[in-house]
Amino acid sequence: MIVIIDYGLGNLGSVKNTLNKLGVDSMISKSIDDIKKADALILPGVGSAKQGMKNLKKRGLDKILINEIKKGKPFLGICLGMQLLFSTSEEGNVKCLNVVDGKVKMFSSKLKVPQIGWNEVRIKSLELRVKNLFKNVLDKSSFYFVNSFYCLPDDKSVIVGETEYEINYCSVLLKNNITATQFHPEKSGQIGQQFIKNWIKLI
Amino acid sequence: MITKRIIPCLDMTEGKVVKGIQFVNFRNAGDPVTLAKEYDKQGADELVFLDITATTENRKILLDVVSRTAKNVSIPFSVGGGIRSIEDMRLVLENGADKVAINTGGFNNPKLIADCANYFGSQCVILSLDARQVRKNRWNVFINGGTTDTGVSAIEWAKKAVSLGAGEILLTSIDTDGMKKGFDIELTKTISKNVNVPIIASGGAGKIEDFYDIFKKGKADAALAASLFHFGELTINQVKNYLRNKKIPVRL
Repeated sequence: MIVIIDYGLGNLGSVKNTLNKLGVDSMISKSIDDIKKADALILPGVGSAKQGMKNLKKRGLDKILINEIKKGKPFLGICLGMQLLFSTSEEGNVKCLNVVDGKVKMFSSKLKVPQIGWNEVRIKSLELRVKNLFKNVLDKSSFYFVNSFYCLPDDKSVIVGETEYEINYCSVLLKNNITATQFHPEKSGQIGQQFIKNWIKLI
Repeated sequence: MITKRIIPCLDMTEGKVVKGIQFVNFRNAGDPVTLAKEYDKQGADELVFLDITATTENRKILLDVVSRTAKNVSIPFSVGGGIRSIEDMRLVLENGADKVAINTGGFNNPKLIADCANYFGSQCVILSLDARQVRKNRWNVFINGGTTDTGVSAIEWAKKAVSLGAGEILLTSIDTDGMKKGFDIELTKTISKNVNVPIIASGGAGKIEDFYDIFKKGKADAALAASLFHFGELTINQVKNYLRNKKIPVRL
């Protein structure tokens, strides 16, 4: 059972719809018990980092998530759900979950912010796990992005996908049991569904 | 590189997709779910769904139609019409929308834009702005489904809404809407120059060249069209292939 974490933010319905289409068992839940029992977790994301952390803390989910991630439970963070994994975010200057060292920064305003639309992901690693994550997904495939902020991991080896928006930034991260994407696979048509299917096979 | 988006728009009333001319004379264009599925298959970059009579009829948006449509698409789905509170926005998101367009509700209560942006993030708050030219280089904001001239400059309102937290502007020209004589390039270019968020140009697409013009001359980030696609005059793929040949970045 995959648990999609309900923290009062995010397009939970979209993620659930995609998993339903793939025929995968999942539930939307904020229950600590469900999260502990889950085979894998998805932290979706539409919202601000400040509100996101506030909501996680209010429900007592921050500590549980950190624990489950540290225990090695497969985890997928999407968009804000990726950013919340980092140490800090410039969005509201908040401390986040700190399971990935690094920070979340705002795009400079030379381009339009937020970045909204379809942009290419370049695969940055030839490792077998990365190959499997991108199975049947060509290099430079387009995914759907909606973000004003981007992640800057301290350890560059966790960056497995990069996207250009004025700068090259980390759009896919793989660190042990943690997978995270800045784009929304659940909104990226067939290619996004393939990506989620690949992630499910990895776990 | 980020690509320019082609977005079919489903204007809804009483559970059916309709298309009007300059916000009146609506004709039926079919079932929303069927159309949404078709556009998803054709390679649309996003879908926009507007309940165009929710405000004027003083009722809530049709959540069951939102939910049925959302279940059948795999691309971003924006919803607007009759949004007056954070709770309205939360319900629409919960029913499968990814972004929410705020129009009259935000104009009458600008704090709504700030509240929604603070809560859900700017990236999911679209300012839906209906404008009409009142004299040379002057466009006013119209609300209540285009029926009320607010007397406020579209440029000033766009700037204010962005400063409050709107992350994108769906800009509809009432002058060009449904006329099929091309997008409103002057209006779009003017607003695009004055704010730093993506602009979705809407109203007036009549032929394939109009899409090139609105990206090249109008500086739009996305182009929205309805009747052209609903009545099968052009497919999304035709438009995108044409644009790619003209060196406009699109997703194919």
